[in-house]
Amino acid sequence: MGGKLVDLLNVDDITELTERAKKIRQHIIKMTNAAGSGHPGGSLSAVEILVCLYFRILKHNPKEPHWPERDRFILSKGHAAPALYAVLAESGYIPIEELMTLRKLGCRLQGHPSMTLTPGVEMSTGSLGHGLAVANGMALAAKLDRKLNRTYVLCGDGEMDVGEIWESAMLASHYKLDNVTMYLDRNMLQLDGPTEKIMSIEPIADKWKAFGWHVQEIDGHNMREIMMATEHAKNTHGKPSVIICHTVKGKGVSFMEGTVHFHGKAPNKEECAKALEEIGACRL
Amino acid sequence: MKSDWKMESQRKVYGKSLVELGKTRKDIVVLDADLSSSTQTAMFAEVFPERFFNVGIAEANMMDTAAGFAASGKTVFASTFAVFGTGRCYDQIRQSIAYPKMNVKIVVTHAGITVGGDGASHQIVEDIALMRVLPHMTVIVPADAPETRAVIMKIAENKNPTFVRIGRSDVPTITDPDENFEIGKAPVIRDGTDVTLIGTGIMVSRCLLAAEELKKHKIDARVINMSTIKPLDEKVIVKAARETGAIVTAEEHSILEGLGSAVAMTLGENASVPMRRVGIPDIFGESGDCEELMEKYGLTAENIVEATHEVLSRKK
Repeated sequence: MGGKLVDLLNVDDITELTERAKKIRQHIIKMTNAAGSGHPGGSLSAVEILVCLYFRILKHNPKEPHWPERDRFILSKGHAAPALYAVLAESGYIPIEELMTLRKLGCRLQGHPSMTLTPGVEMSTGSLGHGLAVANGMALAAKLDRKLNRTYVLCGDGEMDVGEIWESAMLASHYKLDNVTMYLDRNMLQLDGPTEKIMSIEPIADKWKAFGWHVQEIDGHNMREIMMATEHAKNTHGKPSVIICHTVKGKGVSFMEGTVHFHGKAPNKEECAKALEEIGACRL
Repeated sequence: MKSDWKMESQRKVYGKSLVELGKTRKDIVVLDADLSSSTQTAMFAEVFPERFFNVGIAEANMMDTAAGFAASGKTVFASTFAVFGTGRCYDQIRQSIAYPKMNVKIVVTHAGITVGGDGASHQIVEDIALMRVLPHMTVIVPADAPETRAVIMKIAENKNPTFVRIGRSDVPTITDPDENFEIGKAPVIRDGTDVTLIGTGIMVSRCLLAAEELKKHKIDARVINMSTIKPLDEKVIVKAARETGAIVTAEEHSILEGLGSAVAMTLGENASVPMRRVGIPDIFGESGDCEELMEKYGLTAENIVEATHEVLSRKK
């Protein structure tokens, strides 16, 4: 990352956010284990991004989820719902105990997020490739109403296969949506295998540049880089921003890291215990 | 067509209605996918350019962008041709509009085979079917220009996802503009006791023509304008079945899963009487002149008359 960077996080911030990330990882493991299904791999790769969003970046009020001036966040890769529910619970949108109801009959925490059921969910997602276009609609509405709130969206790298992503990439650039920031969770794996084997998306940064976007590439597990890149995006005018976050699928649990095995499979009891041990105690 | 019927464009009325709405309703935004001069949303674009968004030839993108606008409190009208506004973006409509109940009004034009010369690629005959099976979706097919205006004004009052289907060609004006349009309420536009003709969209006028013809054969036909396909006015259907004992439906749509199917299901469960569906058989259309196509695909008043004679032969 070039340019003069203002250090946005002090040592205490980093400690707090790191501990929060641990907590979120614990929730993801426990929730998916209790549910017996779900997507731990792609949830774990997005933890730092979501922690930075919900505890530093987003202007939001969990006590008033529909506050009109709030920033919007869309989880375009809806299968990372466990990670989203965990940050929503830790921010106070839903009770922490409720996390264990994930995917159970009659619950508010559907396998993929539902905006009509869960407070804090801004759009129902799950079918891939929709989130950016939805975010664009929200960003256009904000511009029309001369509001300063921003729209953030998190996409998976497998989602880059979807044609609609490129339709909406064009639209955001055409309408100069500098209030849109997209995080691309570049964990290199999709359900069937490595992205470059299943459907190569590289050179992905060049593609976004060619579509008229401001492009940054960072370590998606480094809080400082996430914060700084987001700040750069905020200060970029006249074009939308994408932050390509290089991440590790299953991050934080050795046997889930870098494998598609836990893309859509929950840890069993033993795996759950081992994963929690690896993540370690949270001091929050 | 009857010579004294005034022919009017539903599309032009749609465009004018949007402009009318836009004047008082600042929350209304309109989206189109590079067909605004055909759908007539261009009229709105001219008066309210800041509230009109052309997304280019990207219907999937349009529906999700519409959902985003709606999630931010806007009342959104999204328009394109019927064939593109349903099949090309079904997943977007399902996931982001119907499932989360977004305030998006999908108003499509150029529906059915009366698109004419463009041929089967553009003549969607299964759009009512696709939209009718979506939970939360309201489906309306206005019969003529005045009813199109009434429908547009009415749906703007609620926040429900709604699909409105209109055609390309000018259609005869048959509804009374002073009569209030209500969603889910089908008016009896001609009373009768021997048989009931239930039409939707441009087929309502043909039902009226058929009723005139049947009168010559001493058959007294009731005519219902079923402009709302969903929620379906089951009451008026059951009442008609019980009072007239025979039903004929007419639609410019596949006989599968459109008005005829909806009525048949209602009758099957509530008041079984002889019925017959006039519609497009389970086949694709082709290029041709509107009226030629209507004749070839069995959508004339004569076809309705024939169907009526057939159901009456089975009536006890």
